[in-house]
Amino acid sequence: MSDIGYLDQGKEAQFGDYVALLKPRVMSLVVFTAFVGLVVAPVPVHPFVGFVAILFIALGGGASGALNMWYDADIDRIMRRTKGRPIPAGLVTEGEALGFGLALAGISCVMLALAANIFAGAFLAFTIFFYAVVYTMWLKRSTPQNIVIGGAAGAFPPMIGWAVATGGVSLESVAMFMLVFLWTPPHFWSLALFMKDDYSNAGVPMLTVTHGRKATRLQILVYTLILAPVAIGTAFTSIGGPVYLAVSLALNALFLKGAWGIYRRAEDTATDDRYAYEKRFFYFSLLYLFGHFLALLIEKGLTYFGLGGW
Amino acid sequence: MALTRDTDLHRRRLSRNLGLGVVLIGFAALVFGLTIAKVQSGSKLEAYDHQPRVTLLPATGAGQ
Repeated sequence: MSDIGYLDQGKEAQFGDYVALLKPRVMSLVVFTAFVGLVVAPVPVHPFVGFVAILFIALGGGASGALNMWYDADIDRIMRRTKGRPIPAGLVTEGEALGFGLALAGISCVMLALAANIFAGAFLAFTIFFYAVVYTMWLKRSTPQNIVIGGAAGAFPPMIGWAVATGGVSLESVAMFMLVFLWTPPHFWSLALFMKDDYSNAGVPMLTVTHGRKATRLQILVYTLILAPVAIGTAFTSIGGPVYLAVSLALNALFLKGAWGIYRRAEDTATDDRYAYEKRFFYFSLLYLFGHFLALLIEKGLTYFGLGGW
Repeated sequence: MALTRDTDLHRRRLSRNLGLGVVLIGFAALVFGLTIAKVQSGSKLEAYDHQPRVTLLPATGAGQ
């Protein structure tokens, strides 16, 4: 999305500022995983209906982003990383963000229900509720496992994509959920290790602050260990196949090796090379998730050539 | 003075207004496209008015 008028001198919110309220970078993950969830489902969807469904799933994700920015405006004002967001920057008022988020949440759920089916629309509504209320309002500020809860919200989109096609839930869609869900903690905590953010000033119980870096390193390893069998096991469901299995085995071996390395690293070694290892692990985690979903997509594509699957 | 202030305001809000216009036109296009797509795929097109619903009529026995 373009940020038109970003250099404007006056404090007038531009179109791009409202787009920024939707957290476009988070949206790209939502679009990709929801798309894969929709495509790999065994029921074909009319391409235009599929396109509209993905669009409104993304908009629903954006709406929860706006609601998150409304509620977290007090934290965002304190932390360096988030100071530039539209509300702390004084471009959009908190009430505007709330209204914007609620309106878009309503539109996206109703439109998804009309375009696809009621279940998918209701599922999207639940996801927005989960992210905005359960995560943002309740657990984010009360438990150091907040990332795990937030990860669940981020893991629903492939299930919604699947529900658009099939109208329900199944083992395969739960497997895709678990993949994103268990991937989030290692991904985010490795970021937290080197992002020296001011969470403690903002009063957010980030694991690195409450339990220290050593404990965070252990948690990364634990979640990676649980993630590996789930990710590899997905190969043996109806959406998996030899290509996915090969990709998953390779990615998980590297991911486990990285997590073990993170666990074994002493804090002064890490500060000496400015968390180079942790940064590599973080960027690899992006590739890890992208690789798995891409492999699912390839398996589906191969079925059109009489290949793919078992 | 008032005139220049006013035009400045309009100028600053131009991108926002254009953006909103594009979004609204895009939304109408989406709904239209959805209509076409739903009609083309042809399922569940039975309407509930103006004529008796075939599926609700008692079987005539012709097929039995």
